[in-house]
Amino acid sequence: MPRRRARVPAAVLLIAPSLVVMTALFAWPLLVGVSQAFSGPDGPTTSYVERMLDDPYFWPAVRNTALLVVVLVPLQFAFALTMALLLRERPRFAGVHFFIWVIPLAISDLAAGLVWLSVFADRGYLNSTLDRLGLDGYAWLSYENTTSMFLTVVVAELWRSTSLVLVIVVAGLQGIPKDYDEAAEVFGASYWQRLRHVVLPQLRPSLQVALILRTILALETFAVAQALTGRNLPLLVGETYEWYNVLQNPNVASAIALVVLAVSMLAAIGYLRLLRDRTVAR
Amino acid sequence: MNARRRGNRAAVQAACVAITLFMGVPLYLITLAALSSRDSLNRFPLPLLPTDPSTETMSTFLRSTGVTGGFINSVTVGLGTVVLALLVGVPAGYAVARYAFRGRDTYQLFLLLIRALPIVVLSVPLARIFLDVGMYDTTYAVMLIHTALALPTTVLITAAIFVGVSREQEEAAMIFGASAPQAFLRVVAPQALPGIAAAAMFAFMLSWNEVLGATVLTLNQRTLPAQVLTTLSDSPLAYRFAGGLALVLPAVVFIAVMRRYLLNMWGTTLR
Repeated sequence: MPRRRARVPAAVLLIAPSLVVMTALFAWPLLVGVSQAFSGPDGPTTSYVERMLDDPYFWPAVRNTALLVVVLVPLQFAFALTMALLLRERPRFAGVHFFIWVIPLAISDLAAGLVWLSVFADRGYLNSTLDRLGLDGYAWLSYENTTSMFLTVVVAELWRSTSLVLVIVVAGLQGIPKDYDEAAEVFGASYWQRLRHVVLPQLRPSLQVALILRTILALETFAVAQALTGRNLPLLVGETYEWYNVLQNPNVASAIALVVLAVSMLAAIGYLRLLRDRTVAR
Repeated sequence: MNARRRGNRAAVQAACVAITLFMGVPLYLITLAALSSRDSLNRFPLPLLPTDPSTETMSTFLRSTGVTGGFINSVTVGLGTVVLALLVGVPAGYAVARYAFRGRDTYQLFLLLIRALPIVVLSVPLARIFLDVGMYDTTYAVMLIHTALALPTTVLITAAIFVGVSREQEEAAMIFGASAPQAFLRVVAPQALPGIAAAAMFAFMLSWNEVLGATVLTLNQRTLPAQVLTTLSDSPLAYRFAGGLALVLPAVVFIAVMRRYLLNMWGTTLR
């Protein structure tokens, strides 16, 4: 079959440009980044890493970033699942609801931060509403109120990025044949039993992909916090920005970026191993 | 039983409305804020209804330094990203969809890993590299990093689209004497075009929204988000609200146009 053999080079030819571009724009900077973080003017050094570790903002940034992932990701999965299941009940105006629920999908984290800034600012819409109700306002974004600052970032991120999980889950739900669910209903299974034993297991592949994507993206949260709190709520990527743009030290910035990379890769590998039986190669 | 079912329906409706309010009200508020006069933004409590709409805040924002340039740069970078991502991504997507070549699974895993790489890791070293080759602070530099970011998704989306285009028709064309490229252009491309347009819009949106890479790689050629971000700390609230609306509006248009494709895009590519 000469035609079959001729096909292999064709495929390679077609994917070659993408391999070249991705290698050039990912592998190369990765190597440069490692060398930026670990070598100074006089050869190899760990001084940049030490500076990063000694920085008073570093450990709070690590803690806030980790906390954000731990709080945000489960919350938005519960939220997105609820939304998707509500849509499955075919409510009235389902199309309108869905449209509004997915708008944030296309909104950048910077824009989302600015949107919620109008709500949480000292003289913003939330305090205005509280005032109308005869309640005292609260300095939500004050550096003294770490908890409420953190919560505003969680709310803004929940608002912005749950749509992504929603779309993946809704698409997943559409791929599930209704027969099993209906059969279970005929045999008297309750809603929760059907959800737990019929729907969720079939949604697993979708949930896995969403989980990996959202965990890694949550680790990269940056502009939302920047717009809402500035540096008062340090996050790892925000610190990279700070070191690069404000403190003009690309070496330390690279070191922090590598921490983000290491954690992201650990998370990705961890999930892939945990969920190996049904891989997500696509 | 019937009463209970009706109760459930009502609960579902109420929950949907509540969520819609949570998702929609902030959009209303930022629009309201951006379309209020500076004067009414200084009032407290802020009016929750458009009592005196004004274009003052918005036009001040649009006239401030760097905003027009940022807008132009954003559009330039976005269009460049679309062209590059399609040029490189569509052939790869076609290959993934049509050929069972060796290493296809590895290639797809590679795409997933690339997508999982944080932008921040690439931006700082890329700035160094672009400085060395004299491309720092150009829209091309930002185009390249955005292309790299958009590429994995472009490949996955286009692959999903080509899977949906009938292979038989393509083979029939070749039997009737068309060469492979001709068959592609005459038979496959027209059917795939709407989906490719969706992939293009996706790449544009990604570029329009990306802020960290654009900020790190430029000084004077900032895109709009980068411009807003870097002037954030010393700009008045009115400026930030106007900037927020300017960044949100294209997103709403994007979703309105793309609604039909959203589920396909994420559904078929990711599962």
